[in-house]
Amino acid sequence: MRVGVVTFPGSLDDVDAQRAVRFGGNEAVPLWHGDHDLRGVDAVVLPGGFSYGDYLRCGAISRFSPVMTEVIAAAGKGMPVLGICNGFQILCESHLLPGALIRNDHRKFVCRDQVLRIENNRTPWTSSYAANAEITVVLKNGEGSYVADDETLDRLEGEGRVVARYLEVNPNGSLRDIAGVTNERGNVVGLMPHPEHAIEDLCGPGTDGLGFFTGLAAQAFA
Amino acid sequence: MARVVVDVMLKSEILDPQGKAVAGALPRLGFDGVLDVRQGKRFELELEGEVTPERLAEIERIAETLLSNPVIEDFTVHVESPVEA
Repeated sequence: MRVGVVTFPGSLDDVDAQRAVRFGGNEAVPLWHGDHDLRGVDAVVLPGGFSYGDYLRCGAISRFSPVMTEVIAAAGKGMPVLGICNGFQILCESHLLPGALIRNDHRKFVCRDQVLRIENNRTPWTSSYAANAEITVVLKNGEGSYVADDETLDRLEGEGRVVARYLEVNPNGSLRDIAGVTNERGNVVGLMPHPEHAIEDLCGPGTDGLGFFTGLAAQAFA
Repeated sequence: MARVVVDVMLKSEILDPQGKAVAGALPRLGFDGVLDVRQGKRFELELEGEVTPERLAEIERIAETLLSNPVIEDFTVHVESPVEA
């Protein structure tokens, strides 16, 4: 599959995300925040970082960039979209995903190897994982605390839309230990931890994150 | 010209770690009696011409579209004072 990776001013993990996309058996297509088309890609990754310096709110300015107009339209038609960290914040600001991400409850930036449980393996991004697989990937954020009202949280849990949950430690105060969610259709996934930093043994905590990028290729040949 | 002020605050049920940090610093500096601190944002919008109900309605849309995130924040809009041209 051709997978676009958007670079915003202030993106940090776009190159790692492109590399993870290639390791997963896909073609990585760099996209720029000012682009008015998606260059015919089959899926899009919004990478981590501090787009537009996190000015106003994390993701608030990026949400109105030209490329996001295209991403929002494509997501509405079912294109797989994965937002990691800052990308998750952008997806929430875009209202493609419910809830919001606010400053960590303990007020410190956190960087650690984090254990997650993949609770929904029916999205295009998580289909490589066994049900309730426990994986360890990198987590690094300052504003990663997932919040939504109780009604929204109940609905997300009731509809199986919690994609990943923190195990052992809740690193940022996220309500109900939520690390990632998906939309009603299941094609848009937001995840605060970084699977793209855990795709090879040389660096990072292992290869548990690679599954986020291999599921797409498998679907293409299914 | 006129100045319209938009104040944005986190909803009361949303944790405000920055406000907590400020509140925690006060006793260390010898300031007592402050029970809680909430931190928000203030936007000052300088407008061309008169403030009409239509312009105010547009600023409400600006506030709910860009200046605030209605999922976690509330906002208020008020006309501060006509500014000398």
